[in-house]
Amino acid sequence: MRIKPGITDKIARIGFNAQAFFTVGILVTIITIIFLKGFTHINLEFIFASPEDMGRHGGIFPSIMGTILLALVSIVFATPLGLGTAIFLTEYTKESVFTKIIRFGVESLAGIPSIIYGLFGFIFFVIKLKMGWCLLSGVLTMTIMILPTIIRTSEEAIKAVPRNLRIVSYSLGATRWETVTKVVLTSAAPGILTGIMLSIGRVVGETAAVIFTMGSSLRLPTSLMDSGRTMAVHFYILAREGISMEKAYATALILVFSITLINILAYYIMNKVVSRYS
Amino acid sequence: MNVKIKVKDLKASFGTQQVLKGITVDVYKNMITGFMGPSGSGKSTIISIINRMIDFEDGFKISGCVSIDGGDITGICNSVELRKRVGTVFAVPIPLPRSIYENIIYGPRLNRINDKDELDNIVRESLKKAFLWDEVKDRLGTSALKLSGGQQQRLCLARTLALKPEIILLDEPCSGLDPISTAKIEEALSELKKDYTIILVSNNTKQIARISDYSAFFYMGEMVEYGPTEALFTNPKIKKTEDYISGKFG
Repeated sequence: MRIKPGITDKIARIGFNAQAFFTVGILVTIITIIFLKGFTHINLEFIFASPEDMGRHGGIFPSIMGTILLALVSIVFATPLGLGTAIFLTEYTKESVFTKIIRFGVESLAGIPSIIYGLFGFIFFVIKLKMGWCLLSGVLTMTIMILPTIIRTSEEAIKAVPRNLRIVSYSLGATRWETVTKVVLTSAAPGILTGIMLSIGRVVGETAAVIFTMGSSLRLPTSLMDSGRTMAVHFYILAREGISMEKAYATALILVFSITLINILAYYIMNKVVSRYS
Repeated sequence: MNVKIKVKDLKASFGTQQVLKGITVDVYKNMITGFMGPSGSGKSTIISIINRMIDFEDGFKISGCVSIDGGDITGICNSVELRKRVGTVFAVPIPLPRSIYENIIYGPRLNRINDKDELDNIVRESLKKAFLWDEVKDRLGTSALKLSGGQQQRLCLARTLALKPEIILLDEPCSGLDPISTAKIEEALSELKKDYTIILVSNNTKQIARISDYSAFFYMGEMVEYGPTEALFTNPKIKKTEDYISGKFG
């Protein structure tokens, strides 16, 4: 039996609406639960004090700093490396077996579970290079983990820049380098930034690989060779070991809040770039 | 009359297909030379060899000689310097995604001109020469993408002029424009030939007849006829040329 096109359309619309509401609903539920359970435990002391008694009392300041440092330094390491690879693959070589191998490698790396990166970081940086559990071991591991994301998103963004713009740039006497930096990267900036944001999200939300490499010290890390704990790790340990569910939810709330803040900041920067180059 | 560009026995092939079959032509200084012919005649290929934009296409084999002011350009490595002397306007207007002002100073900035007054001056002069100044002088900061098609093409002309080139190549610059925009471009070109050597590629024979001083007719990779525009249009020596300009084919 054939259903009338009008009815199919109606069913599809209701179906898609339901699906969208369902997705948003889950998100709202999660955030509401975290908010309700965590909000009452958040105050200035929680944000700016050090934890006491394994985190049962006090604040999470060292974890906040640990998270910021880990994410920031990892991004500083991974962005030039990943972006450089993407530029090389798209602008400086022709498609060949060599680029196919690199691309295949990148795609494979993107699919590896983070725990494997953690294990590698533990064996290589912590044990073999005798760096121990420290911020730097964590940073290097996270850098390797997020590289595929940055390479792939940057590559897609660069490929999406119309060929015509490059042609015009060359016709006006630009070199390849000038064309890449002045035309290609400015047009691809929003896409590249999206990749960076996704990567920050992955680092901030990572637990297993971080515990393996950066450790879980509660002290405030003062150098790259210090161990430390990110908010996600702190949250995991508090909840897993039954130390304090209240503090765990409060930590989670701060975590969600900071990710939102980073996103807003990134979109603000992106809009600035887009409005200048459009 | 000074010869600015000398093309000698220029051959080009793409794969097994011969696109240019030995072209020899002299382009004179401070003149508009029109290249006409049906599509596939090779006229655009010649100009992409003159500005060396053909370097970005794969699979072309080129032989023969193109020289500007006596200097061979087919063998040189530094095509970047060449493109500062040979400006190009493409068939489709391609503004860079940024403001009108920034579009024009793109070239000068590459030449390390950073002085604000000098850049302002270049922008004003270039836009005036391209007959666009009056329409955009109050909104130089707005995006070039907001201009109409005809304005965008004049912007592209102005952007090329800002390079202060010796030669301007135009590859069917009016193919997508309305008659009024076309007239403005033609008016600009007629003024510009005092200072530049211009090659205009077009399959609009009327346009070639209107504004070019010399014209060449290309067909299937060969140059059929070349001479002063008036002579070529009133008294073509070869039947094929006559058929083309009278609209019998093409």
